[in-house]
Amino acid sequence: MPNDILATFTVRRLTILNENGNVDDALMPVLSETEIRRMYELMILTRTFDERAQALQREGRLGTYPSTLGQEAAQIGSALALHHSDWVFPSFREMGVQLTLGYPIHRLLQYWSGDERGQVSPENFNIFPMCLSVGTHIPHAVGAAMAARYRRDPVVVVAYFGDGATSKGDFHEGFNLAGVFRLPVVFICQNNQWAISVPLKGQTASASLAQKAIGFGFEGVQVDGNDVFAVHRAATEAIEKARSGGGATFIECLTYRMADHTTADDASRYRSPDDVAIWRAKDPIMRLERFMDLRGMLKDGYVEQTKTFATSTIDEAVRTMEAIPPPLTAEMFDHTCAVLNPRQVRQREGG
Amino acid sequence: MARINMVQALNMALGSEMKRDDRVVILGEDVGRDGGVFRVTEGFQEQFGSERVIDTPISESAIVGMAIGMAAYGLLPVAEIQFLGFSYAAFDQLFVHAARLRSRSRSRYNCPMVVRTPYGGGIKAPELHEESSEAFFCHMPGIKVVVPSGPYTAKGLLLAAIRDPDPVLFLEPTRLYRLIKEEVPDGEYTIPLGKARVVREGGDLTVIAWGSMLERVMKAVERYNAEVIDLLTLNPFDAVAVLASVKKTGRVVIVHEAPRTCGFGAEIAATVAEQGIMDLRAPILRVTAPDVPVPLSKLFDYYIPSIEQITAAIDEVLRY
Repeated sequence: MPNDILATFTVRRLTILNENGNVDDALMPVLSETEIRRMYELMILTRTFDERAQALQREGRLGTYPSTLGQEAAQIGSALALHHSDWVFPSFREMGVQLTLGYPIHRLLQYWSGDERGQVSPENFNIFPMCLSVGTHIPHAVGAAMAARYRRDPVVVVAYFGDGATSKGDFHEGFNLAGVFRLPVVFICQNNQWAISVPLKGQTASASLAQKAIGFGFEGVQVDGNDVFAVHRAATEAIEKARSGGGATFIECLTYRMADHTTADDASRYRSPDDVAIWRAKDPIMRLERFMDLRGMLKDGYVEQTKTFATSTIDEAVRTMEAIPPPLTAEMFDHTCAVLNPRQVRQREGG
Repeated sequence: MARINMVQALNMALGSEMKRDDRVVILGEDVGRDGGVFRVTEGFQEQFGSERVIDTPISESAIVGMAIGMAAYGLLPVAEIQFLGFSYAAFDQLFVHAARLRSRSRSRYNCPMVVRTPYGGGIKAPELHEESSEAFFCHMPGIKVVVPSGPYTAKGLLLAAIRDPDPVLFLEPTRLYRLIKEEVPDGEYTIPLGKARVVREGGDLTVIAWGSMLERVMKAVERYNAEVIDLLTLNPFDAVAVLASVKKTGRVVIVHEAPRTCGFGAEIAATVAEQGIMDLRAPILRVTAPDVPVPLSKLFDYYIPSIEQITAAIDEVLRY
């Protein structure tokens, strides 16, 4: 009787830049010095934004805020692979993606200060509002990809989410549809290994998240999420594959949530400082700095200048955000539907 | 003008709208090759191709979720959920996303989609195929809930729903799909969302119903001087029409197929109590299903409001 092996699979893991700043030249993507500096500057901008946002929250000037600390390579490396016409469906911990794409910084702060007007992405951007409901935006990305293909637009759709989202039904339903219809979509998971207090092993028994894609009929690849070059290479390949009709790809960026889940969390209740220290040594910005230093790219006060510029950029965004008048109560009504119903009209008028 | 049933009227509306506007796409389980389990989308995949009439896997949440993404991108998706009882898996997408996309993005994105689904009982179908949980969806600001009551209203309301810039849940009373035939114009016409219609004029009491209950109410009121209002849209419902009728009759009976507690009748009764109590001559009565899960067919006749229960409520309010 036949008892054959029906399928076997392998999962790739891509690392290009190691912790000492050395790269694998065979795998290193072609990047100019200017492009590498841009990566570094965006990573510094993201970290500066993050530090400031946390400080503002402690001062009561922002609401609850989820830190991106340690995830800069995963966010900047992937977002730099996008074209301007591509569509992005973020979750709530991708401020580095928005900053890379040029989303107005003061609007990011405005959103986290408790003002929905911060979710208005500029007309020439295709960025969806941040999705707080874990993983539920994955089918939206799949639908947008279906629409883009129907329209014959050369558009790729990217959805960002975390490791916790891979446990959600919408992850599985969305992935399944992306596979069945071979859609131009790229799924980027920042596996930061913690969903509030639940570690990765409590989220899945799978050896990697990347391999989950195989069951849906498309490629999954794990990359070192703290290696900006590996992320960039994997994202570029996946995005161009999607654009040329090759279907979906799942990229798992293995990284680490260095901070608490949000400013309302205390991670010391559930994880040891030793674990965090191990990952601090793998810091994505430090890694890129070492690489640049080895190539003499940090001369003439470049690091200081970059940080000073980032600080002044964020300072200005904070000033802009805090100068915005608070929303009028009518704001709450005016975007519920295109035309308010009679009851909403009365309620808007205070009746 | 042809005398057709509701399935044919819905098919006519969808077909003409797909011809008129290439942004209209249909997606759902078995909607393509099979033409839908009730044949509402019969012939469309052949006519419009599988990119516009999309057979999906069994993924209610992703069907609605995809429709949201397609709508935001600029299409006008008409998603079919095979039975209302299966829409619970898509509740998250409807409530968290469809209802709020415009609000969350401050109108940067909107969600002009229609979710069609057969609703209500009386067809001897298995569990979860005969649900009438319309009130859940009326508690989602941002979504309109529409219920036609026959072929004519089905066509006009569906065209209005597809052209509405916001999400519409379109509940098709399953029992009526082939029960009634009406004259339906061949050409385009829309029935405005949010407007009720007075189906029968009368002076002694107002009976309010929607969907398949309307047909039953019309039989029940034969020997009464009753005004009958067919709500057609539940959210937003036409309070003006209801209050005007109550002013005239002073008595109200509300009939719905769903369980009583927090059913949509409660909202109507509360509105009449708030804004029309001085016109009332009798207590507002509701004739509804009991507060139990929808039973299978052997007990269904004891569950759904009967003509006798409706006339008993009418007799009761007429005592005042």
